[in-house]
Amino acid sequence: MKTRKTAKRKLKKSAVIGGSSSGLASRSLRQPSKAARNNERQKINLTVNGQPYQLEIGNRSGEIGPSDTLAYTLRETLGLTGTKIGCDHGACGACTVLMNGKAVLSCTVLTVEMDGRSITTVEGLRDPNTGKLDPLQQAFIDHTAFQCGFCTPGILMSTKALLTENPSPTEQEVKQALSGNYCRCICHYHVLDALRAVTQQGGEK
Amino acid sequence: MTRPYRFIGKATPRKDGVEIVTGEAKFIADIKLPKMLFGKVLRSPLPHANIRHIDAGKAKRLDGVRAVLTYQDVPEWKGGMPAHVRILDRKVRFVGDAVALVAAETEEIALEALDGIEVDYEPLPAVYDVEEAMKPDAPQLYTQFPGNVLPNRCPGFGPKSLEEIAMGNVEQGFEEADIIAEGTYAYENIPNPLTAEPPGAIAAWERPDHLTVWSSAQNPYWEGVLLYLRTERKVHIRYIGTQCGGSYGTRLMSWQLILYAALLAQAANRPVKVCYSREEHFAAYGLRLGSRIHGKVGMKKEGTITAISGEWLINTGFYSQITQGQLAVGCGEVQLAVRCPNWDLKPKIVCTNRTASGIVRGFGGQELKSAFLPLLTEAMGKADLDPLEFFKKNYVKPGDGYYWRDGNWWVCRGVDYTKAMEKGAEAFRWKEKWKGWLKPTRVNGAKRIGVGVGVHGNADVGEDVSEAYVRLDPNAMATIYSCLAEHGTGQRSSLCKMIAEILQLPLENVSMTPPDSLLSPYEIGPFGSRGTYAIGSAIIAAAEEAKKKLLERCAPMLKANPEDLETEEGWVYQREKPELRIPWRTGMGIDRTLLGYGRFEPDFTVPNFMMLFVEVEVDVETGKTELVDVVSATDVGQIIDPLNLKNQLHGSLGSAGVDSALFEESILDKKSGRFLNINLVDYKWRTFLELPAFQTVTLETPFPTHRFGAIGVGEVSTAAGPPAILMATSNAIGRRVYEYPMTPEKILRVLGKTKRGVM
Repeated sequence: MKTRKTAKRKLKKSAVIGGSSSGLASRSLRQPSKAARNNERQKINLTVNGQPYQLEIGNRSGEIGPSDTLAYTLRETLGLTGTKIGCDHGACGACTVLMNGKAVLSCTVLTVEMDGRSITTVEGLRDPNTGKLDPLQQAFIDHTAFQCGFCTPGILMSTKALLTENPSPTEQEVKQALSGNYCRCICHYHVLDALRAVTQQGGEK
Repeated sequence: MTRPYRFIGKATPRKDGVEIVTGEAKFIADIKLPKMLFGKVLRSPLPHANIRHIDAGKAKRLDGVRAVLTYQDVPEWKGGMPAHVRILDRKVRFVGDAVALVAAETEEIALEALDGIEVDYEPLPAVYDVEEAMKPDAPQLYTQFPGNVLPNRCPGFGPKSLEEIAMGNVEQGFEEADIIAEGTYAYENIPNPLTAEPPGAIAAWERPDHLTVWSSAQNPYWEGVLLYLRTERKVHIRYIGTQCGGSYGTRLMSWQLILYAALLAQAANRPVKVCYSREEHFAAYGLRLGSRIHGKVGMKKEGTITAISGEWLINTGFYSQITQGQLAVGCGEVQLAVRCPNWDLKPKIVCTNRTASGIVRGFGGQELKSAFLPLLTEAMGKADLDPLEFFKKNYVKPGDGYYWRDGNWWVCRGVDYTKAMEKGAEAFRWKEKWKGWLKPTRVNGAKRIGVGVGVHGNADVGEDVSEAYVRLDPNAMATIYSCLAEHGTGQRSSLCKMIAEILQLPLENVSMTPPDSLLSPYEIGPFGSRGTYAIGSAIIAAAEEAKKKLLERCAPMLKANPEDLETEEGWVYQREKPELRIPWRTGMGIDRTLLGYGRFEPDFTVPNFMMLFVEVEVDVETGKTELVDVVSATDVGQIIDPLNLKNQLHGSLGSAGVDSALFEESILDKKSGRFLNINLVDYKWRTFLELPAFQTVTLETPFPTHRFGAIGVGEVSTAAGPPAILMATSNAIGRRVYEYPMTPEKILRVLGKTKRGVM
């Protein structure tokens, strides 16, 4: 068996070797090399949990590699390890964050695509001034809507995205929104209880 | 009934709740040490081969590579039971076996270095089937185990560890039977428990013989002991547990990756982290055991079993970690479910060329029952017995005996679970839904609805030794010294509740040491549902001893005998005159702490119990089977925390439990030895959209063996499921189905709707 490369490397390979992608990935990948020729460094402006970051593209420590996934940047470059990497493949939902309010799998997007975007991670759910938990977080505690807790940040962010868009979802809408989140301990029932409490109390409105 | 307890039985927030919902909880991948390197493993592309030549020169020359190790560079450390697996070997035994290790400054460099290692393999024929593997001309995985058969003995369970079930006279028993059922039944889809967090570890050497390990096992102390044994008693281990992103028992399979990190750290003289990718977690970690039984059951018409005989073939994959232990516990557990005076069940453990099977919730019992109960239901069907009535009659009751894992005969002094079965049946409406064998409950067009029931229990709730200290500080704080990591059961919080109850302190005044083998006394860890009874009793004893010391110190000041004193909210007072009281700080002084010690000794006399009722809906046009309704029934003596308990009961659907009968399987390509579905898209798992209705029925009949009358049940929640699903599916479609999992293809085959014929 050839050990599978990390998504970081895999995305780089597919973008460079595949080459046919017309998406942001290949465009962004070309930009740094052009920038390098011009001897000026390309920068990414990114807001994470309300805090603006200006990150240089490059291969040195603290810089954004052209193949770095957003999950990798959040965890390894910015030290926000609340976002989990479960499969690095876009299949388990553990790395879910909000991008401009919408849920995205941060292991499937490249940081170089994120210029000008606003990201919210699980660390950004609390009130930054008072430290008060988001009603959603409190409901998860009140209903013990987790066991091992590894999938919890992803589930919280998928839920947050749903409630931002639709403060009174039906149970089926909740299930749909969470259908990409892998939880092996089976906390599904308590998560639904927590969600029911939050939406009934209007805590997210 | 009014509850006498302040905390016990009430839902209280998990102590680590805030950390979990804010992302502050530190899992292994979240931890970074200064100067830490990243380790990666080169894995075999072949299922069985000798390494003729290996050249790591190119990898070593790569910038940023700090260590490369092959079989030539590692010590003779071995794991497995009996010890038979080297850290790296000249021979590889499955696709994914470790061939070389690399440590580098970044993960990316380490992966690149793997490409620079050239290996010349001499391919060998491979074998995957237990019976093929035992044939005289079969490929041999280990020279010391001819026929690929491992010894059955589990040394950790004592000199007489249970190696088979042999009692009475089976020939006579079969003569007394009215009904005989006989045949081959199997549970061999080797599902993957697949915790949400992939496994990982960090190793750092403090001194040449002192190693510190960070990893995610739920039982750091015992893991440290095992690593000490595997390093030939030459390396002293400090094991620090991280937040554990799911275990279901499997985290005890991490010794290899921990020693990869340790050896790389030694070679590079820097800390090294090894975290498995999800693919490695799938292909090179731990599966459930493969289980096949050639068996025979004799039964009286009214459901008395007269004899059971047969051969139980266990496929352990390329090595046994503690399969012998699973064999022993499986053999014990099957006796709890079926009362029979005449047994001759002979297990065999066989090695094959795939990744190893190992410890998983259900620990041998799920695997044996999932193969054995379908045979038993054949007999029940022939006798036209209601399976619920059969289990009520046959499940172990106080006064009944069984051979447990240590080979000794134990007599049950637990409770009678008949009432729990009846309450569960009531909630499920079993009487209404059960229409007889191979009869659907309802037919709705192409949809056939059927019901099934399964049972499981374990006397390991009192297995092994636990030790604990409880320290009282003058500021009315209590600290539990117990070495267990939080792996999802909420056990760390539940244990704090027990101590808060005993000391009558606010819950926030009671805490537990971080899981670190340096801080705490011996603790084998939370598994086998032993957290409540075994670990609980040790810490309760420690708290009682500390409390006794406190009351003794305060007695002269309160001019009373210690036995006339009580403590509450950090005050000690006379029971008869509560106004005569002093705070702990007065009794103890500011310069004193009081320490209590507790120890739990093994006790196999109190089996726990779990019954699962399931209702499935089978579409006979498409073959799709859906689980629509589940009722779990148990008796826990005393609920410690209702929400943690419910979480554990719901867990029957996860960790390769109930769903291993419906859609979970590891699909092995027998040409290449590779698994074909080792990612989270192709490996099927239950999503939020497919939740069945799930009701938990929990009785509380106090167990006299526990301070609060409680018994644990988390570990047993899965095992009754798979045979219950087979039963329900058979009843729904009116034909017996035997093969796990019940994919649409198999259903259609059984219904004669595919060209591949009827099984």
